[in-house]
Amino acid sequence: MRRAFLGLLLAGLLLPLLPLLVWVVSGTWRYPDLLPSDLTTRGLNLLGDRRTPVLEGLLTSTVIGAAVSLVACLIGFPAGRALGLYRFRGRRVVQFLLLAPVIVPGLAVALGIQVFFVRLGLSDSVSGVVLVQLMPTVPYAATVFGAAFANLDVDYERQARTLGAGPVRTLLFVTVPLLRPAIVVAALLTFLISWSEYVMTLLIGGGQVKTLPLLLFAAIGSSDTTAAAALALLVVLPPLLLLMAAAPLLSGRSGAMVGVGRL
Amino acid sequence: MSFSSSRSVPRGLRILLLLTPALVVVAVFFVGGVSQAVAQSFGYQPFLPSSRWSADAYRSLWHDPAVRASLGLTIRVSVLSTFLAAIIGVAGALLIRRVGSRTWAHAMFQANLAVPHLVGALCMLLLLSQSGLLSRLSHATGLTSGPADFPELTQDRFGWGIIAEYVWKETAFIGVIALAALNRGVSELEDAARLLGAGAGQRFRHVTLPALLPSVSAASVLVMAFVAGSYEVPYLLGRPYPATLPVVALEYYRDVDLTARPQAMAVAVLITGVSVVLVAAYFTLTSRLVRREL
Repeated sequence: MRRAFLGLLLAGLLLPLLPLLVWVVSGTWRYPDLLPSDLTTRGLNLLGDRRTPVLEGLLTSTVIGAAVSLVACLIGFPAGRALGLYRFRGRRVVQFLLLAPVIVPGLAVALGIQVFFVRLGLSDSVSGVVLVQLMPTVPYAATVFGAAFANLDVDYERQARTLGAGPVRTLLFVTVPLLRPAIVVAALLTFLISWSEYVMTLLIGGGQVKTLPLLLFAAIGSSDTTAAAALALLVVLPPLLLLMAAAPLLSGRSGAMVGVGRL
Repeated sequence: MSFSSSRSVPRGLRILLLLTPALVVVAVFFVGGVSQAVAQSFGYQPFLPSSRWSADAYRSLWHDPAVRASLGLTIRVSVLSTFLAAIIGVAGALLIRRVGSRTWAHAMFQANLAVPHLVGALCMLLLLSQSGLLSRLSHATGLTSGPADFPELTQDRFGWGIIAEYVWKETAFIGVIALAALNRGVSELEDAARLLGAGAGQRFRHVTLPALLPSVSAASVLVMAFVAGSYEVPYLLGRPYPATLPVVALEYYRDVDLTARPQAMAVAVLITGVSVVLVAAYFTLTSRLVRREL
């Protein structure tokens, strides 16, 4: 009985992916056919076709994701140190401020701030999109690092300092190696949030910065379902592979998984 | 240059320096963005001399039937999606734990988390629309004789397609959170309760549920706020009328008539308000539930 329910649950998890995967290789699949009448690699070929904007979108998405991930981690790391290692007045206020961007939708914020990006010449540019995506990602990085620093044994750092290492050497050869799992998780989460972001990229990038989600959104609206399904496959594979690679680090860290919910 | 001088940095200043970059990001983008949305909804136009403060935008929203329908739809979709995802996610986590085949089932939950919502929306279109896979299956089994016979599940008035997408994605999210909470020594507590003579129902009500509630309710709050404020899924799976608030906000924003700008901002402020109210209501409700349990 329990196994039947579990089977039902897992079938429900997988079923929505089934038509997508079949459409990727479908030439014609008319209603009410249960299977496509002919198969094609046209959709997959489109992904590598230089005449389509797909490869450029892949590059744009990767560059933006990597930049957002790097900057968010560089900003979140010191903030996490402050939150994890120190008890200070106003700590709860800081925690609340870091939680607020997670609760309040990015759409509302992006609408309000867009005019300033235009004024500063940051709209319609990759750098503007990277900047605005710091808003949803920095709080996650700070939260993940905060939890990691709270579990860090600072005596290791003290020993290194006593033995004559400067703050930079201590950071690079003691703190960073000790926090490696948290660094991987924070980098991965922030990259994935950036990778899936649609509406902020649209508003600040003005449709000029064509990341993969923007291309996919346009493809879903078109009549070429095969092309849209192939593009969806390209959008879903990197996060899937990254998450699988990092799965051992993610299990049990509910604080870290909270970030993935935003994808 | 001596690095060891950082030791002499006073504690308070050091904390401030560590926090400054993150606080600047939150202040500029979040506080700046929200306060600008509020200011612009009251007619303020940055960089233009012709700002005239008024509450006209809110007045016109109040009288706009599209906004009223949209508010109802937004709340319905976010509350129903969250509720269903929380129930199914927790039930799934408990099942996975019981059956013991935790690793692969757990892996499937996690894999689902990696699917971006935009891909999820396309999946739901291909599965649930009137020419989708389910419609074809019901035709093959003779339940329906054409696309029009199949119930409208996408672009429907109620928002079933939108709800289906969010339930599909967020069930996995809440399931993973619940499994993580169950991992923290809950089985030992349940065994202790059993030894003390607690029945299955009592163990669930007094041990398992209180262990799950804090993290599951926090996760549900995030889901609810996220659903209320996201754009792409309701745009692709919903109707132009009534549409959810984020879709209405972007529609106003893209209006060629710039006088619609304050209305777009007012809808953005409304979305923020709805998120905050839903979150506050949820917290009040769950904290009361927890108190009753104890």
